[in-house]
Amino acid sequence: MSTITTTRTAQDAAVDARPLVEIRRVRKSFGAHQVLRDVSLAVPEGTVTVLLGPSGSGKSTLLRCINHLESIDGGRIIVDGELIGYRQAGHDIHEMTPKQIARQRREIGMVFQRFNLFPHMTALENIVEAPVGIAGMPRAKARAKATELLDRVGLADFAGHYPAQLSGGQQQRVAIARALAMGPKLMLFDEPTSALDPELVGDVLDVMRELANDGMTMIVVTHEIGFARGVADQVVFMDGGVVVEAGRPEDVIDRPQRQRTRDFLESVR
Amino acid sequence: MTAVEARGVALAPEATDDDVRAIPLRRPWRWISAAVVLLLAAGFAYSVLTNPNIDFAAIGQFLVDPRIIDGVWLTLLITLVAMVVSTVLAVVIAAMRLSSNPVLSSVAWFYVWAFRGTPLLVQIVLWGYLGLLYEKLSIGIPFTDIVFWQADTNLLITAMVAGILALTLNQAAYSSEIVRAGMISVDEGQREAAYSLGMSPLYTFRRVLLPQAMRVIIPPMGNETISMLKNTSLLSVIAVLEIYTQATVISSQNLKQVELLIVASIWYLLMTSILSVPQYYLERRFGRGSSRNLPPTPFQRLRQAFASRRPGPAPAPETKAVSAV
Ligand SMILES: Nc1ncnc2c1ncn2[C@@H]1O[C@H](COP(=O)(O)OP(=O)(O)OP(=O)(O)O)[C@@H](O)[C@H]1O
Ligand SMILES: [Mg+2]
Repeated sequence: MSTITTTRTAQDAAVDARPLVEIRRVRKSFGAHQVLRDVSLAVPEGTVTVLLGPSGSGKSTLLRCINHLESIDGGRIIVDGELIGYRQAGHDIHEMTPKQIARQRREIGMVFQRFNLFPHMTALENIVEAPVGIAGMPRAKARAKATELLDRVGLADFAGHYPAQLSGGQQQRVAIARALAMGPKLMLFDEPTSALDPELVGDVLDVMRELANDGMTMIVVTHEIGFARGVADQVVFMDGGVVVEAGRPEDVIDRPQRQRTRDFLESVR
Repeated sequence: MTAVEARGVALAPEATDDDVRAIPLRRPWRWISAAVVLLLAAGFAYSVLTNPNIDFAAIGQFLVDPRIIDGVWLTLLITLVAMVVSTVLAVVIAAMRLSSNPVLSSVAWFYVWAFRGTPLLVQIVLWGYLGLLYEKLSIGIPFTDIVFWQADTNLLITAMVAGILALTLNQAAYSSEIVRAGMISVDEGQREAAYSLGMSPLYTFRRVLLPQAMRVIIPPMGNETISMLKNTSLLSVIAVLEIYTQATVISSQNLKQVELLIVASIWYLLMTSILSVPQYYLERRFGRGSSRNLPPTPFQRLRQAFASRRPGPAPAPETKAVSAV
């Protein structure tokens, strides 16, 4: 655990819980631009971590490394005891095949800023596609489960609608249901409400709040400070590819230790 | 609130004056231009139909001549084979062109450059002369003596094979650009969403990317199929007995050139008209979800027209079309 060098107060919200996600000294560059510099972070099982930070600080990149949508240049990402995207061989780690990586990603759900629903499939078909097509679930069972998930996100009446026939908020809730259909252990949210009209944000945040109450482990990039304060167990502030400050929301948001954190919070308020 | 009331008061006394009919602009030029065009068309039709130099009986007779019918079948067969094989090839070339491997993408670029940059007619004749270039064709490993299979070029590459080869390779160059445009049109977020659900690259391509690319690919491919059907007539230069060659062979014997050209044209028109039917339904199939409502099919439109003519239930609401698919 000595490699986790975030800041002092990190994770004392759930010290006793086992970390589901361990990010250790992760580095990532795009060409000459180093986007993640030695990022370390632990997310205990059943907790919500909110990532805050200015544009370009590397939040999305970090999230995308966790399900290996981006490769990393160094360090380790471990989810539920399993090294993500790589296998250890001697001192170094070697990238897995696309097939092996795909298997790991089934356990990690992701929700995108721009929803990314499949436009040629109805809401129900969007949700059913992965469980039936890649996890081999019988279609009838998958449909029943999808209907239940749609009900859970408040869209029971919209199963037959195509994404183009849904509002942004409805699309995002379908996207959450789609990610949940694979039964993930971990959910990643990359600014899930940033592309929504203000009056639609609440519905999506409600669904996420409920998910958190049900004990889902979540990592959420968002600028919704209210959500962070109310739901997060841990708030992590990133800037310039490093974790500047991490801890309980009341500490990081209300009593930030660093000037950079204070400046950022000032700007989003 | 006072504004609403004020408006209500202002409107009330004038209500009777507003009860007027709106008469659309009269457009006399529409009628005049239509009459002129109709007159010209009638004159042309009359001059053709009464032309003593055109033997209409011969047209009727040759329209169903067994040699012409054979030519029609061969034209359709060549079109089908060339389109299917070229499309498969086009997907491969497009994938190469889009790949991050610089060798693959340059080879694909070079292929498209060479086959699009030279006339189809020249390519057809060149393939016809293949036997002069290579006496034997073999499958083996280049620069070694390992040969799995070998055959005499002139036996293997008949005029028909050379023709299909020429059309296929040329078409693949054009189609690959269409496929590439279709693939590029799909948002990058689609691939990421599919990957994040645990889909493999191949599954993602098959179930997520390709169906969306098809929406962009199908309309131009329909045009390409129609061009292909007509381009088969170029194979007459290497004596493939498709419909145009058959027509010229017959007319060289009976000297009824114009009649046989009309026969061939009628068949081409018939074949191209029939080809646009599957295209229409394919476009509908892959257009699912792209707009809020799909337009009704011609069949649905007919039914609606009849339904609205009869007094009775109103025509089906627009959303019906979506659920009917
Ligand atoms: N695929 C890529 N290729 C090159 N540079 C990239 C790529 N993805 C991200 N970057 C760069 O990495 C940096 C961090 O990007 P990232 O998207 O992680 O930031 P972010 O914190 O999510 O910002 P935002 O709040 O704007 O979403 C940015 O400077 C961005 O330009
Ligand atoms: Mg981002």
